Amino acid sequence: MTHLTNLTLKIWRQSGPDDGGHFESYKVDEISDEASFLEMLDVLNERLINEGQEAVVFDHDCREGICGTCSLMIDGVAHGPQRGTATCQLHMRKFTSNVEIVVEPWRATGFPIIKDLMTDRAALDRIVEAGGYITAPTGGAPDANLIPVAKPVADAAMDAAECIGCGACVAACPNGAANLFTGAKITHLNLLPQGQAERFSRAEAMVEKMEEYFGSCTNHGECEAACPKSISIDVIALMNADYLKSKIKNRKSLSRT
Amino acid sequence: MAQAIQTRGPVTGSAAGPKKRRKFFLIDLYSTAVGKKYAMAISGIALMGYVIAHAIGNLKMYLGPEDINHYAEFLRELLVPLAPRTVVLWILRIGLLLMAILHIHAAYGLTLINRKARSVKYQSPRDYQVANFASRTMRWSGIIILLFVLWHLADLTWGFANAVGTDGTFHRGDAYGNVVRSFNRVPVAILYIVANIVLGIHLFHGAWSLFQSMGWNNPRFNKWRRGFATGFATLIVVINVSFPIAVLAGIVST
Repeated sequence: MTHLTNLTLKIWRQSGPDDGGHFESYKVDEISDEASFLEMLDVLNERLINEGQEAVVFDHDCREGICGTCSLMIDGVAHGPQRGTATCQLHMRKFTSNVEIVVEPWRATGFPIIKDLMTDRAALDRIVEAGGYITAPTGGAPDANLIPVAKPVADAAMDAAECIGCGACVAACPNGAANLFTGAKITHLNLLPQGQAERFSRAEAMVEKMEEYFGSCTNHGECEAACPKSISIDVIALMNADYLKSKIKNRKSLSRT
Repeated sequence: MAQAIQTRGPVTGSAAGPKKRRKFFLIDLYSTAVGKKYAMAISGIALMGYVIAHAIGNLKMYLGPEDINHYAEFLRELLVPLAPRTVVLWILRIGLLLMAILHIHAAYGLTLINRKARSVKYQSPRDYQVANFASRTMRWSGIIILLFVLWHLADLTWGFANAVGTDGTFHRGDAYGNVVRSFNRVPVAILYIVANIVLGIHLFHGAWSLFQSMGWNNPRFNKWRRGFATGFATLIVVINVSFPIAVLAGIVST
């Protein structure tokens, strides 16, 4: 096991939503290269607490790359320099000794900062609430594989379903758009037979909820590069297609009532 | 920083909600960001159609004054005698103008939405990871193209900028002579070359991006989308830049 030495962490400190905030520098003299980035922050926080200072607040939960709770803009890159990796799965061996690492929270109007590096990403939940569900019958559990799904369709839906809702797409997007997130959630359900009943109400409702909080897509592809699950911007095209279809179809069904 | 924690509101996203006020369909669609992207793509396709037709038509410069001037007169006489002279041309011009206005208006609206979506910028330096030069500079290349089009109209349609710095005067109906006279001015020729390269950069992103905005995404043709945009942009730049170079080189002259 080797160690990295003499790291300088430039971390965004902000006491609350209304505080202006500022960067503060911290020294980390020695850290194992097997530590994850979050474990390195844990080590720093232990020290800060022992010194009677306030610990750096950051979001984290499962620490195995599946919950989507961790965030962090590391040296200007969402989830740090390693592609297809969430911050919790980023290890210090990806860095070198004697460097400065800048850590900043996600920045988007839809993600207000709560404290330090922690942001409120509830806007993504609002989008899912608007249509990211299917109607399932209650009662006895149905047999598995009762509804046949073509393998390529299942694969494409599964690729979209990988989204962990971390918000890196919004953070990386120059326009602060959540199209990759919303596209993934819509694609995941709209491709599957189980999702067809609400397909068009879902597309319209989720897109319009998204637009209450976030920007619009200019097809840079920055979100795809930042996504810890490497979700393709293909899902954005599918969302756009289904949104237009939904506007037409929902209008028709509304005019019958 | 005037940011507040989002409080949990009621779920209001039902598409079939009875309270929804009915607006005219296209207005309703255009009021959303995704709808504006459709407007960008559709008007972009119309403008691309114009640009390619304009470039191919202009290739008659190489056939000599009679061919190009005859072609210019043909445009004024489109569908004559079914329609009076220049009527079809004016319909096309108005359609083109509306498409250009729609393209600019949608871009303006989307820019405002995007500015609002990140009210507090990143405080540490950060750079694009994958976005190419063309996609990052769409707004600037668009503004440059708009200014160039105004110059281009003043030079070769209205004509008041055509005679500046030359001995001759603008002759309505003598497209060939007007072009040669204009491009014989070296700074003007350079302006045309630079502006068309900027147009090519704009098309390099736009002609690809429109597939995403229109929702045209299919494994069957996805690999051709980048090639189409690159090919289209290259074709336009090569044809359009050839004219000032040909005039300066003396290949096309009066």
